[in-house]
Parts: sequence; structure tokens; C-alpha cells
Amino acid sequence: MPGTSAFDEIRGTPGDPTGRPEFAGLSDWINTTPAAELDRRQKAAESAFRQLGITFAVYGEDESAERIIPFDIVPRVFTAREWSNLSEGLVQRVESINAFLADVYGPRKILADGIVPEELVLGNPQFRPVLAGARPPHDIFAHICGIDLVRTGPDDFWVLEDNARTPSGVSYMLENREAMLRLCPELFEQFAVRPIDSYPDSLLETLQSVAPRPTGNAPVCVLLTPGHYNSAFYEHSFLADSMGIELVEAADLEVDDDHVWMRTIEGRVKVDVIYRRIDDDYIDPLVFKPDSLLGVPGLIAAYMAGNVALVNAPGTGIADDKAIYSYMPEIVKYYSGGEAKLPNVETYRCREPQQLKYTLDNLEKLVVKLVDGSGGYGMLVGPTATREQIETFRAALIAEPQRYIAQPTLALSTVPTLTEKGVAPRHVDFRPFVLSGAKGVTITPGGLTRVALIEGSLVVNSSQGGGTKDSLILSDMPVKKEG
Amino acid sequence: MLSRTASSLYWIGRYVERAEFLARLMEATIRLDALSPRTDGPGAWDSALTVASADHDFDLTGETRSPLAISRYLTLSSSNPSSIRSCLDAARSNAKSVRTALSRDAWEAINRAWLGLRGRATTGNSQTTLNIIESIRAETRGFEGALHRMLRNEAYSFLGLGAAIERADNTARLIDVKYHLLLPEGDRVGGQLDRDQWTTILHTVSAVTAYRWLYSEGLKPWLVAELLCLKRELPRSLAASADEAITHLNSIGKRTGLQGEADRLARLRHNAIDRTTIDTIFAKGLHEWLIAFIDENARIHQAIGSQFRFG
Repeated sequence: MPGTSAFDEIRGTPGDPTGRPEFAGLSDWINTTPAAELDRRQKAAESAFRQLGITFAVYGEDESAERIIPFDIVPRVFTAREWSNLSEGLVQRVESINAFLADVYGPRKILADGIVPEELVLGNPQFRPVLAGARPPHDIFAHICGIDLVRTGPDDFWVLEDNARTPSGVSYMLENREAMLRLCPELFEQFAVRPIDSYPDSLLETLQSVAPRPTGNAPVCVLLTPGHYNSAFYEHSFLADSMGIELVEAADLEVDDDHVWMRTIEGRVKVDVIYRRIDDDYIDPLVFKPDSLLGVPGLIAAYMAGNVALVNAPGTGIADDKAIYSYMPEIVKYYSGGEAKLPNVETYRCREPQQLKYTLDNLEKLVVKLVDGSGGYGMLVGPTATREQIETFRAALIAEPQRYIAQPTLALSTVPTLTEKGVAPRHVDFRPFVLSGAKGVTITPGGLTRVALIEGSLVVNSSQGGGTKDSLILSDMPVKKEG
Repeated sequence: MLSRTASSLYWIGRYVERAEFLARLMEATIRLDALSPRTDGPGAWDSALTVASADHDFDLTGETRSPLAISRYLTLSSSNPSSIRSCLDAARSNAKSVRTALSRDAWEAINRAWLGLRGRATTGNSQTTLNIIESIRAETRGFEGALHRMLRNEAYSFLGLGAAIERADNTARLIDVKYHLLLPEGDRVGGQLDRDQWTTILHTVSAVTAYRWLYSEGLKPWLVAELLCLKRELPRSLAASADEAITHLNSIGKRTGLQGEADRLARLRHNAIDRTTIDTIFAKGLHEWLIAFIDENARIHQAIGSQFRFG
């Protein structure tokens, strides 16, 4: 069972006496800091998050108790070498994702060459035929990607999921670090941790770099939010504030003659770049869901006319679809010319009869996912599932095999985590944020570590008992002890 | 600044001011009710309904006019769009959507006031009501304090502008309801009941002591009217509210370089008040003067909406 024999990122593989000497200092810190003291600091962090309103239901007391995403005080660490390997793989993957998007909305060479089945793209609900021929500036579609990674050993990282639509969570990366700097300053004296506070600047630079055409002044960038009822509203207002750009709702924007304008007290101001945190389906009622009140009528026409940049571009969902995911190794190879530096988790496509049969024969060993599911819903974790759950999934698989993929259950790495019974290993995943702009790819040295707080659980989603941790990326420069 | 942001700030200013006015009205009404020897007849609570422009809507609810029913309607009713609860709901909802334009203190004051009413179904006896009212007043005072510590930018000005327009409207309505009590120049307040009524008005605008300081003589309706309409020294007077609207419009104009119809109307009103004495008001009829003032205030409100593109 995972949990007992899994690789621990701070303490190494159980039974292996060498452990991870590079993190001996952190291990000592965990061992020598009393659990009560860790708990005090963790509560201080959570109470600060509550006051800041990082939970979306902070305003009413009883709701906030259940909606705060738990924060774990024990950080996760990557060495400089691990990070540089990961970065190379991430750059290659994200460049390939953008090349794939420019191709399927353009000449469709990869389909003509038979690398990815045509019907899997063209018949996919995530593919938007109405956007065919779109040429966003610099051919970048997925400006912000959150690539979910898991780890099973010292050098074994796997891509679990590509998030190329509107990945969220970056505010946790930034706020978790602020909390750690305040509450555990001694760790930052001991380790040379690379700073992450440049993320809002990098993001703004990325937004400005993809403005449709040179403007006399700095391009006008805005963040489009569905509004304060949205669960990620805190992140939207936090990012707009950190970048110093307007946080707009659909009603603040209007499209006139294929240009986008925002209504300000000084009159209309032309908008060049929209960092939108609204899903494709809701973004323009003239093109997608006609009853959407969150969208801006005419926005897609302005985008297709090349008068406004949308970040991320609409239609990117085709690149992170779980059915397409299984072809990512081929996609990366096709566009980058080399093997994928970050491997996929082995994936069985249940749409193919052979693979469906294998899946049905091995349900108790596999993780089965809906191709269009997210947030840990519509998912079967075979080894921990009940007989009944397995049979329910078996029936569903037989009825609609094309809606599912299956993967082996991985022994996800663990990181020491503060639990009610002291510090104990818990499974984690990792989401770094990758920015693609006119000047190339930027990766802030950090990311969001999610941790499954329930013992043995592999599900890290916040809706199902997951928490977050700070993720420290070490510099290869030695620490200046004298300060 | 986005027009929506400006609009939300302006309305936060209006709603918090209205909630505070209602709280003071409730407090003064409870006091008057306690002083009044009669328990029947057109009592203090009927008058409170009229001042809040809620008598018609209250009667539509089908409830009998009792102190408890009226106090609940003005304080807690969700179906009354101008109850304290509805005002705080609206203020908080606007505040949430422009959270980053507000200081943390200002947000917390609104949120605490709102939390204070959550889950309350009834106001209970007058002591309980007074406790509720006192805590709302404490939070709205906290909000005013937080405003004074905010950056003096457009956000501050829109909040203040909303408060100034709302205050002008509230004070004018309060005087108008009592105008029939006004006696000719020089007359002293008649009986004890009248005296209580006048004190109630002064309580509602926190001006009991102010009156003594400014006039150093017994309560004269004539002077009370002058105080509430024309005395710039009294923050809740019509003249002071009109001045404040201009101050905020000017500072928005300075920062954005834009002036318009709202500025023009606000200056006209200011100049007109400057030339007015309480004698000319009475010559024309106080009621007519007040109605004209309320209409003018509504026109300025409209002009603000169109000038800043949120009307």
C-alpha cells in the first residue's frame, strides 16, 4: 500500500539508511521543534489567511470554518538540481502545448500526419471550431499553465495533468510563502531559498508582451472576474491588486466595432489584454452559452479580429483534455523533436477495446478518471475503493467507455506533515506555474504543493480533505551565514 | 477608476449613512415614546415610519401598527429595502465587490455591523432594541473613523459624496415631517409634547448640545429650523451636506481633470443656500422649500451617476 513504503521527500525511502542528507537540516528542524510550537505557528498562519479573506466564505463565520483550505507548516523542498531538471521538462512541455494549439487551430499538420486521431480533436467538446484560424500574438495560446506533477522516487517525476485553461492556486503559493517568512524565519536563514515574490511582475510582463499591436503607451491590461460570488474571487482581486491593473466584471466591458472598452469615470478606455478568469463557455454569450451573464457579447469577434489578447486564449481546453493527455508524449516529440523530459503517467484509453479490457480486468489496481472530470470527482481509486464502488464504475465503463481513462495507482511521494498525532508522512503533488510570453517561458521558482491530509489518501483536492504547503526551491548559491 | 467601482463606493457611502440615520431615528423614537404620557393616538412610531418614507410600504405588509412591529420593520425586515438590515446587506455586498478599494478597517466595520444583525429575527423590548441600535451606531462610527484614515483619493471622495447626498436627503425629510409643528417667529415651544418632539428632532441629528452652544436660549422651533437647514457648523445640516458634496466633487475633479453637470448643480445649490435666510424660507413656506431641496438633491444624485457613467 502507498503510504508505508512511499518515497519521502525529506527523509528518503523507508529502510534506506542514507536518507536525504541534503535535507538533514530540515529533518532536524522538524524533529526538534515541538509539535505544539508547530501547531501554534500553523494556527497563526491560518488565522492570518482568514482575516485576509483567502477563504471564500470568510465573511460569515460558520461558512468560513469549512471553506478555509488547510495550511501545513512543514514545507516541501526541491534542490537546485531537481528544479533545473523540472524546469527544462516544463519548458519543453508548455512550448509543445502552445505549438499543438497553434497547429490544431491552424494548419492541423499533426492530424494530417496521423500522430493524434483526427476525430479525437475535431469531435472533442473542448475543441472550438468557431476559433479555427485564430492567430493570437506570437502564436501563444496558453500563457499561463499549471502543470500538475507527482513524484515516486528521487528522480521520478510524472506529469499527472496539464492545466491550460485558467489554472488557479497561485495566490496560495504567494501567501503561503509570506506566512512562512513571518512564522519560520529560521528556515530561510538556514537554507538559501529562491524568492517567488516576482510572480506578479512576471505575470504583468507576460500580459503586456502579448498585447495585439504596439500601443503608444503601456498596453492596458485588465483581469476579468465572474465577480465576488466566485470561489476564486480572492485570488482574482489579489492578483489584480499585486499587478496594479483593474479588476473588471463583464458589465464593465463593452465591445464596439470589434474593439474592447472598459467604462471608467473618465470615459471609455480601450483594453488591449484581458487576463480572464472566466471559462470559455461563459465568456461570450454570442458565441458560447447564450444565457451567460458573466460574459461580454462580442468579445470573441474582437479577439478573432486581432484587437484584443485573451489570456489564456479561448479553446485551450483541447490541450489539457484527459483524452488528449495520453498522446502528450507523441505531441511533445512531434513539436520539440526530442523525447519528453517529463514523462506521462501510463494511461489506458478505455475508448480502445484492448485497453478497456485491461482496465476492466484490473479495476482494483487502477485509478479510473472521467476524461472531462476535475476536482477529484468522477474518479475511482481502485486499491482503496469498496467492492460496490468498483462495480458502479465497471457498469459505467461498459456503458460509455470513451468517457474514461485508467492509470496505475502510483506510490506518490510523501512529505512530513503536521497531524493530530504529531508529524507524519502524507502524500503530495505539485503545481508549478509556467508563463509564456513574447520573450519566452518564465517559471517562478516555486509552486503550489497540495497534500492529502488524510492518512494514506492519494486525493489532494481541497474539496476532499486536501491542504497546501509552501514549496521551497533552493538556490545553488551557499547561504550567507553572517546575513 | 472603473465606473462600477465608483458606483459601489458611492452606494456604500449612501447605505451606511442611511443605516446610521435609521439607527438614530430609532433611538430618538424610543426616547420620545418613553416620554410620551399617551399610549395611543398618532404616536412616535407612526412619525418614525413617515420620516423613513416607509409608512405606505408598512401598511402593505398587513401588520398592525405597534411599536414592536414598526421597530422590527425599520430595523430587521428584509422586505423593507430601507431597513437597517437591508442597508447593511447592500453596503456589504458593494464592499465585497470593491474590497481592494476600501481600507481593511473600513471593510471590517461594515462586516461587523452586518454580522451584528445576522440571525436576529426580532428586536424584542426597547432595552434590547437599544442595545442592537447602539452596536450598529458603534460600527458605523467605526466606519466613519476608518474613512478619515483612508488615502484621500477618488475612493475616499466617492464614499464621502454618497454619504453627503444621503445625509442631505435624510435631514430634509426629517424636518419636513415635523414642519407642521413649526410656530411663527419668536414663539416658544408650546406644551410638553411639542417640546419632546423638538428634542427628538435634535437627537436624531445629534444636535441637542449643538443647539445650546449656538443659540444659548430656550428651544425655539424657528431656530431649530435655521440650525438644521442653514448652519454650516452643524455637520448634518442641509448647508453642511451641500458643502461636503462640493468638496468631494472638487477633489475628484482635481484628480481626474473632469468636471460636469454634477459640479455645476452642486455649486448652484451651494450659492442658493448662501443667499438664503430662515426668513426667506418661511416666507416661501418651509414645506415647499424642503420639497424643492429634496428634488434638487435627487437631480444632483442623477447628475453624479451620468457624469461618472454609472447612472
